[in-house]
Amino acid sequence: MALTGVEIFKLLPKTNCKKCGHPTCLAFAMKLAQRQASLDACPDVSEEAKKVLGEASAPPIRSIALGSGDKAVKMGEENVLFRHEKRFVNPCAFAVEVKDSMSDDEINNTVDGVLNSEIDRVGQKLRIDAILVSNASNDAGRFEGVVKAIASKAPAVPLIIATGNPAAAEAAVKAVADKKPLLYGADESNADAMANIAKTHKIPLGVTAKGLDALTALTEKIKGLGVEDMVIDPGARTAKEIIEANTYIRRAAIKKNFKALGYPVITLAQRDDKMVEALIAVLGVTKYSSIVVLSSIEKWKNLALFTLRQNIYTDPQVPMQVEQKVYKIGEATPESPLTITTNFSLTYFIVSGEIENSKVPTRLAVMDCEGLSVLTAWAAGKFTASKIAQFIQESGIENEISHKELIIPGYVAILSGAIEDKLPGWKVTVGPREANALPAFLKSR
Amino acid sequence: MAFAAPNETYSGKVFEVTIGADKTAVFGGENVLPFHSFEGNAPHRPVIAYEVQDVPPEDWPETVKKVYEGVSNDPVTWAKYCQDTLNAQAIALRLVGTHPDRENRSPEDAAKTVKDVLAAINVPLIILGSNQIEKDSAVLVSVSEAAKGKNCIIGKAQEGNYKTIAAAAMANNHKLIAMSELDINLSKQLNILITQMGFDKERLITDPMCSALGYGLEYTYSVMERIRLAALTQNDTTMQPPMLADVGMYVWKIKETQASETDLPQWGSLAERGITWEAVTAGSLLMSGAELLIMRHPEAAKAVEKFIDELM
Ligand code: B12
Ligand code: SF4
Repeated sequence: MALTGVEIFKLLPKTNCKKCGHPTCLAFAMKLAQRQASLDACPDVSEEAKKVLGEASAPPIRSIALGSGDKAVKMGEENVLFRHEKRFVNPCAFAVEVKDSMSDDEINNTVDGVLNSEIDRVGQKLRIDAILVSNASNDAGRFEGVVKAIASKAPAVPLIIATGNPAAAEAAVKAVADKKPLLYGADESNADAMANIAKTHKIPLGVTAKGLDALTALTEKIKGLGVEDMVIDPGARTAKEIIEANTYIRRAAIKKNFKALGYPVITLAQRDDKMVEALIAVLGVTKYSSIVVLSSIEKWKNLALFTLRQNIYTDPQVPMQVEQKVYKIGEATPESPLTITTNFSLTYFIVSGEIENSKVPTRLAVMDCEGLSVLTAWAAGKFTASKIAQFIQESGIENEISHKELIIPGYVAILSGAIEDKLPGWKVTVGPREANALPAFLKSR
Repeated sequence: MAFAAPNETYSGKVFEVTIGADKTAVFGGENVLPFHSFEGNAPHRPVIAYEVQDVPPEDWPETVKKVYEGVSNDPVTWAKYCQDTLNAQAIALRLVGTHPDRENRSPEDAAKTVKDVLAAINVPLIILGSNQIEKDSAVLVSVSEAAKGKNCIIGKAQEGNYKTIAAAAMANNHKLIAMSELDINLSKQLNILITQMGFDKERLITDPMCSALGYGLEYTYSVMERIRLAALTQNDTTMQPPMLADVGMYVWKIKETQASETDLPQWGSLAERGITWEAVTAGSLLMSGAELLIMRHPEAAKAVEKFIDELM
């Protein structure tokens, strides 16, 4: 449990020497409690205090990286149970399973699918984050070969090496150790050997046990063996088991600071029915999984799951926004049309995307409405005729274009007269309501 | 340290609502967060109602329109098809044709449609207006009378028209959907206003307003979650009616359910994309507290039923 400022103060030297840059030890303690300072700043703190404070200030769910380099995925560090309390921190990773018993062609196709999975949505690049390679063949040589082949074909993609056989694990991990794969498959029967591999190669270890009592005992044992970075699998497979285990794990970590379960959770969502698989993934995304393993990665399924993850992990207080300015889309000339919208990311990306589709070079004036959509901003009094007029005047756009026509969103048609009143000499044209009608609208002008 | 299950104790409970006269459907009744049966009672499955309309679904995208080809010209055949062939547990009849900008059908026409549909089916019926404040207050009064004794759900009562609609639902013994716009306080306030008229709070269904995946879903998700927490942890009785997610109508108007694969190859197959979009939207709102869903595509509804099977 997090310590209060006063509790931290008791552990400090209490000399008020100011070397930490704060006037008193108490002031420094308060900053530490708010996580606005780091203990390193005090040169005189005792080893004993370091240990206590270090443990108390560690996030309730350990921060762990999956893979290395650009495409590494951060996991853990969550602080709350419900997204309205505070933003969920590290979006869960999607991994696709590749069985080493699949044919080389099938494996290549899946890896290609991962490499081509990236989609741009609302300014974020979203993709299948990782590949889980499982030793379904039970042949250690084949396993190592497949792991190596995938690593060379998709060098940046984080790998999860899934086997319960320490010999197979050792060979496969060794071949790709520099990529910091997750070794998944430590259980009660092989814990010592698996912990040893993880320790030797400094990689995180996926730990699995049936039920939370057994899992607790196992993570404690493995921690005792010197492995700090773990990802846990409570053995939950049906939706009912997953929601129960994941809820208990998250609550134990956050509300009880129960360290033995304070690790990111991996959920196996594979199903024969792809639609049901998508729904098990929904459960994982909304209810606390850090890695969701899928059996296939059709583009339509990816798009839906990426979008859900983006929705669930956005900041509940601050909508995603883009900068207020007049954007040029295509080779806009002074004659090109001028359109206007609000700075809500979703709105901006939908509208700018449709303008691009139209292939008609156009200016899009994006007005700061605190990240609200067109209708919401209008209803909230932030996208009004006078504010639009003021924005257009202050933007200086008049000097850049050869006309005085402003195209407004169809949903706020009602504003057209009032804008014309406030912007003398301007003509306001009402555009279509939905952005997907913009290409036809712009082309027909 | 041994693991001790960190169970939550809840002080409140969601009202249990039964609808229908012949065959009935029951939802709500749980005293835990969605599907948390490991620490309390969740006696009933969420109910999925299939949406039918009083006019042909010309504005629905191909993927979902073609499912109802040959039956959707007439609400009675359409509703029977959902009940008999698709095994719908409930039907939601949306009277879009009454909208002044559409066919502008009269309240009497609407009443006749409702009577005809009711005569043809035995599963519970949800009767929805066209979401035009003034017109709905006339239409929903007349259909409430036409459906007397059938224990339907009437909707939606909103801030601007709840008085007449609630009075009609009360006089004819129906359940009532109270819809507000994505705000927990507005939702609470509307429930209070309606119960102050003498409407029994245990006959209400809260619609905090739906939104589609990618188009504001996170707002609906969090408002629902907060309503449910208020009901259970603070025992706030004004927040204890079960919740509706009116999924289909929000999902099947967005680009992801309509844009062709030729235009957007990176989005994959259109048909599956649309169906998944509806299923994923519905699935996430189940996780945040919806007990009653209105859906359009049978494959999406069936996938969600399988998901519920696994969760219960
Ligand atoms: C999510 C949401 C919210 C969120 C805010 C989300 C956000 N960041 O904006 C929250 C919960 C905060 C909210 C609050 C409110 N909301 Co609100 N909200 C919605 C909701 C569900 C979705 C909005 C959305 O994200 N749309 C998606 C974006 C992309 O749409 P868009 O910006 O309009 O862009 C589209 C078009 O306008 C067009 N377009 C955009 N720009 C341009 C430019 C040109 C040139 C052209 C041609 C076209 C074009 O293309 C886009 C795609 O087609 C809508 C209802 C709905 N389902 O649509 C209600 C809605 C907008 N809200 C509404 C209201 C009334 C409010 C509140 C006043 C009520 C309240 N609860 O207090 C508050 C006001 C906010 C405040 N005081 O701060 C009403 C507005 C009613 C009206 N007609 O005026 C709506 C329509 C709900 C309803 N049916 O009543 N809301
Ligand atoms: S450096 Fe350490 S001892 Fe000195 S004032 Fe800061 S906290 Fe106190």
